[in-house]
Amino acid sequence: MFWEIVLTFVKTFAVGGLICVIAQLLINYTKITSGKILVFFLLSGVLLQAVGLYQYIVDFAGAGATVPISGFGYLLADGAMKGAKESLFKAITGGITAAGMGFAAAIVFGYIFALIFHARSKKN
Amino acid sequence: MKTADKCLNNNYLRYVHLISPRTKELRSLFRAFWVGGFICSIGQALRFAFESGLGLQGDELSAYVSMVMIFLGALFTGLGIYDRIGKYAGGGSIVPITGFANSVVSPAMEFKTEGYIYGLAAKMFVIAGPIIVFGVASSVLVGLIYFGIYNIF
Repeated sequence: MFWEIVLTFVKTFAVGGLICVIAQLLINYTKITSGKILVFFLLSGVLLQAVGLYQYIVDFAGAGATVPISGFGYLLADGAMKGAKESLFKAITGGITAAGMGFAAAIVFGYIFALIFHARSKKN
Repeated sequence: MKTADKCLNNNYLRYVHLISPRTKELRSLFRAFWVGGFICSIGQALRFAFESGLGLQGDELSAYVSMVMIFLGALFTGLGIYDRIGKYAGGGSIVPITGFANSVVSPAMEFKTEGYIYGLAAKMFVIAGPIIVFGVASSVLVGLIYFGIYNIF
């Protein structure tokens, strides 16, 4: 049981770290901005899940695959695919429903914390 | 003697040029790896905690985990800590969902002086807007394609 948990953390750390290394390679070798990198990873998550591959990475690495923004894309695609089995309505809303918690959290916490805290000067 | 010195100097400079960006690059990759892996491990720890503590499972479990990760990302951005992590880790701090929260809070804080509606609320989506646009659009597209596939076959 103990070693199982350790192994899970090793897999999480390795896969999560590797996804971030791919991003760092993009930063080092191309001049694309961080916003575009986020969009690129999100869309790769959607695409990989749409062809049925990202699920394997999630099953293998757990949070190592779901915490990166590509996991958000996985959630969107997975929700849409599950919804598509039921009806046209759920095919359209399924992805947004699955990712609803992420959207809600980002907007609510984003507004609250931007309200509370003040921007620091760029010097420090 | 002097020409020999110059030659050595040039060779040395060329050598430095050849070597230094590589080590810098390797260091940036290492930093991205361990910080990104560490942030994901926090997510995994939350998964274990919520699973055994609250009995959550499946989609609900990952939804609450990402909620807490976004909360932490927004909090650390507000405290000014996340920007320092970003300077150190580069891609390791951008790609995790906490980086998404950072991209929401950071411009919102900066443009708060322009008002709470057109400043703060509008600028929240400077970077997050494209993510939401492409995310929602692609998920609708995937849903429609799969709906088509399921209804043809």
